[in-house]
Amino acid sequence: MKQPFEKVVEQHGGTVLRVCRVVLGAHDAEDAWSETFLAAMRAYPDLPDDANAEAWLVKIAHRKAIDVLRARSRQPAPVPEVRDAPSTLGLPGEGDDDVWRAVAALPDKQRQAVAYHYVAGLAYAEIAEILGGTTDAARRAAADGIKNLRKNYPGAAKEGAPS
Amino acid sequence: MNMSQDHSVSPSDADTLSRLREGLGLAAEARGLLDVAYTTIDSPVGTLLLAATQKGLVRVAYAVEDHDRVLDTLSQRLSPRVLRAPKRLEVAAREVDEYFSGQREAFDLPLDLSLSRGFRQLVQRHLPEIGYGQTRTYGQVAELVGNPKAVRAVGTACATNPLPVVVPCHRVLRADGTPGGYIGGPDTKKALLRLEAR
Repeated sequence: MKQPFEKVVEQHGGTVLRVCRVVLGAHDAEDAWSETFLAAMRAYPDLPDDANAEAWLVKIAHRKAIDVLRARSRQPAPVPEVRDAPSTLGLPGEGDDDVWRAVAALPDKQRQAVAYHYVAGLAYAEIAEILGGTTDAARRAAADGIKNLRKNYPGAAKEGAPS
Repeated sequence: MNMSQDHSVSPSDADTLSRLREGLGLAAEARGLLDVAYTTIDSPVGTLLLAATQKGLVRVAYAVEDHDRVLDTLSQRLSPRVLRAPKRLEVAAREVDEYFSGQREAFDLPLDLSLSRGFRQLVQRHLPEIGYGQTRTYGQVAELVGNPKAVRAVGTACATNPLPVVVPCHRVLRADGTPGGYIGGPDTKKALLRLEAR
């Protein structure tokens, strides 16, 4: 049975917001969130009942974020807006602009892989489907992203990440 | 980095999310995606759920019916595009408030009776003809709809009324004058009859 869409928003709204913030920065995250859930609501009646709703939402959020990134690259926007970064997305160093700057400075693929794996908790096979390429490539992109974050943001915790 | 461990939502995130969800309801309405909008309101007979399609008010539900189950049913029978979006229910909520404060005797709302079919829907269409403060027996309602033998079926139609309060099935009583069953429970039925007798 398909649950009311309201429940989907309730269960996954927070994760999608955090994913959008990591991929786009706080400035564009809210628009991406809204466009993601509107597109999801339009398609929801056709979603198979046994589908993984979170992976499906992240896939839609990915497409919406690409639209924003493309629009950005056409404009001479200097650095992604990071100053208004909210204090919590499950990253260490709450309220710390440095971590946001480090995240924003990652190459797109690495930043996306980090967001989809470490924030949304998707498996690398699911991430490969979203990003294109192999599961190994997705795993590598996330690992490189974390390595770069550790290098550029020394405050990052040292313990291992979930696989 | 231990990012996926913390899925808690901070207070400022909760504010952001509730603002985004409110905006989603409005945007979904504007883009014609909102098949079922609902809200909940307080009343003297407990929290009421009000739900409306684009055609009109489609469901009024008492808390004893379990609002989560009611929403599941709406999702299954009408459309899964269901959102809490109080805007569409503003007029209905105001009229229900007025009814419970004794300022309103009849509802002036577009209704969507698509949750009922056939004879049940026919009965429900006729129920508003029983005026405020009046009552009828199940038998009298059967006569009213032109099927005097269908007393039991009238009882079923009242028991399955998707729009209690607004479609006044509480004004239909047993032949012996006792209230009979009610979707919101017998005490709720008595409370509505008392309200209308004032």
